[in-house]
Amino acid sequence: MRAKNLQVIYVMWLREMKIFLRAKSRWISNLALPFFFLFTMAFGFRRFRIAGVFHGMSYGNFLVPGIIGMTMLFSSMFTGISILWDRDFGFLKEIMVAPVKRSAVILGRVSGGVTNNLIQGISILLSSFLIGFRINSLLSIFWALLFMVVISVGFNGLSVAIASKMRDPQAFPLIMHFFTYPAFLFSGALFPIADLPFWLRSFSYLDPLTYGVDGLRGVLVGFSQFPPILDLSVLLIFSLAMVILGSWLFSRTEV
Amino acid sequence: MLAIEVKNLTKKFNRLKAVNNISFKVEKGEIFGLLGPNGAGKTTTIKMLITLVKPNGGEAKVWGFDILKQKNEVRNSIGIVFQEPALDNRLTGKENLDFHARLYGLDKETRKKRIKEVLELVELRDKANVLVGNYSGGMQRRLEIARGLMHYPKILFLDEPSLGLDTQTRRRIWEYILRLNKKEKTTIVLTTHYMEEADYLCQRVAIIDFGKIVALDTPANLKSVLGGDVISIEAVPSEKAFQVFQKISWVKKINQHNGTIDLNCEQGEKKIPLLMKIDQENLGFEIKSINLRKPTLEDVFLHFTGKTIRETEVSQSEKNKRAMRRRFRR
Ligand SMILES: Nc1ncnc2c1ncn2[C@@H]1O[C@H](COP(=O)(O)OP(=O)(O)OP(=O)(O)O)[C@@H](O)[C@H]1O
Ligand SMILES: [Mg+2]
Repeated sequence: MRAKNLQVIYVMWLREMKIFLRAKSRWISNLALPFFFLFTMAFGFRRFRIAGVFHGMSYGNFLVPGIIGMTMLFSSMFTGISILWDRDFGFLKEIMVAPVKRSAVILGRVSGGVTNNLIQGISILLSSFLIGFRINSLLSIFWALLFMVVISVGFNGLSVAIASKMRDPQAFPLIMHFFTYPAFLFSGALFPIADLPFWLRSFSYLDPLTYGVDGLRGVLVGFSQFPPILDLSVLLIFSLAMVILGSWLFSRTEV
Repeated sequence: MLAIEVKNLTKKFNRLKAVNNISFKVEKGEIFGLLGPNGAGKTTTIKMLITLVKPNGGEAKVWGFDILKQKNEVRNSIGIVFQEPALDNRLTGKENLDFHARLYGLDKETRKKRIKEVLELVELRDKANVLVGNYSGGMQRRLEIARGLMHYPKILFLDEPSLGLDTQTRRRIWEYILRLNKKEKTTIVLTTHYMEEADYLCQRVAIIDFGKIVALDTPANLKSVLGGDVISIEAVPSEKAFQVFQKISWVKKINQHNGTIDLNCEQGEKKIPLLMKIDQENLGFEIKSINLRKPTLEDVFLHFTGKTIRETEVSQSEKNKRAMRRRFRR
């Protein structure tokens, strides 16, 4: 039974990969946005020094972990979109009548989404070296990858949960933006949340991405508000909760 | 053991009873048809049996497994071809089959062998590596049948297998279904609103209308309910002829309208020579024309539901167009 579930996870993952590799437009849109952000902001704010930031670190160094976090957040939403497409195509029925665990189906989809996110995260990280981004040590990369995984598992799960409650593929982007933009803006990806007035900052503390960005910054450039281990714990709880919620809602959908 | 056993199955959508307390049995190895017009409840019945929709009442066993309590076992025993297309257009035909095979836990050897087999059955081997988005509607349908068979299901459900296809493709699909039923002993449950299809393929047919089964029997028995064949005769003077025909022992029923006399009888083709002999006896009338009509399931349908299935055909052709559009959308 366990081997069977692994097979299901694998086949769902494999399908996501095949589709992803074939969809050239998705590659472009997925990579273009973060690069666009990264380059314009890093150069545009090049001369800024941020008060309260470790040794007046350059804005570029401050920004890169934020952009990686942002990418994890936005790209995770594709997993939900792909569920809605499947429903629209009728393909979801094919999956729903198969003698397999719904949670395995969702884990497969999520791992597909996470793989895509990792590819993006790594390419952003590598190209940021070109604009002068410097990390603490090689080990930082390992920890950063770990953070990327937990962040994207969490948001992939959220995206599945939203998609399972929705019928209309056109409405999904609207609902999605309702979640993603606040999550992005409050996360401290672009500026230190310590600078926000307290009442705004409390939103940041509720935002899971805050801990993602903070953790990434901690492990990559050694600057963070919270100890990275705390960030990691919060993210683990968040992603576990989202995967459970997503699987549960998905198993209750009718086609 | 029966392949399928349905008892008092009911499904309501709000106030509408889409399926209203139906019961039937399907034998192993049988080709069983659900025949009915649009909205009769055929798809809803199938969806309950394949564990996609939860019934509001009644029970059913598929291959001996309860559709509510043993979903996984049911799912393992059945293959399905949905009414609406359900393929991934961004994958090739072969990849769609491979995905299905892995989902059903087939090992590598079996997957390879079976993909070849089913593609051969539906004559799609040369299209195996083409993206499904580039298939024609008929090719997609054939691929869906192939996919339904991948995991050696005991029962194959086909919801309107030839909906929206041209006559030639329809014929081919019928051949695949018959071949499959014969070669692999697969039990087949299909829904259709084509009389011809039900007549040609099914050993037994349930006529379903407004969520209820109004008749269930072999096509031949259903037709015999109508009193056998109909011979229509024009004769002058028709009153005289009517009196003579009335006394013939093999005539089961006789009607006269607009100068035409309708005789109901068995094996009408053998009665025509007899009528010719009577004509030659010069009994005071002359036969002008004879027309033999075998009852079709169409007549049976009319008999049981009070309407012809053509009355529903108009909206059906609209629906076909919609189905085709869906198929070609990407
Ligand atoms: N999900 C649903 N919600 C509400 N009503 C539904 C739903 N599914 C089906 N119905 C209704 O139930 C009735 C039976 O529908 P069903 O699809 O079973 O008919 P059918 O015999 O398959 O017809 P067709 O030949 O058009 O496919 C119809 O009146 C339909 O409108
Ligand atoms: Mg139907």
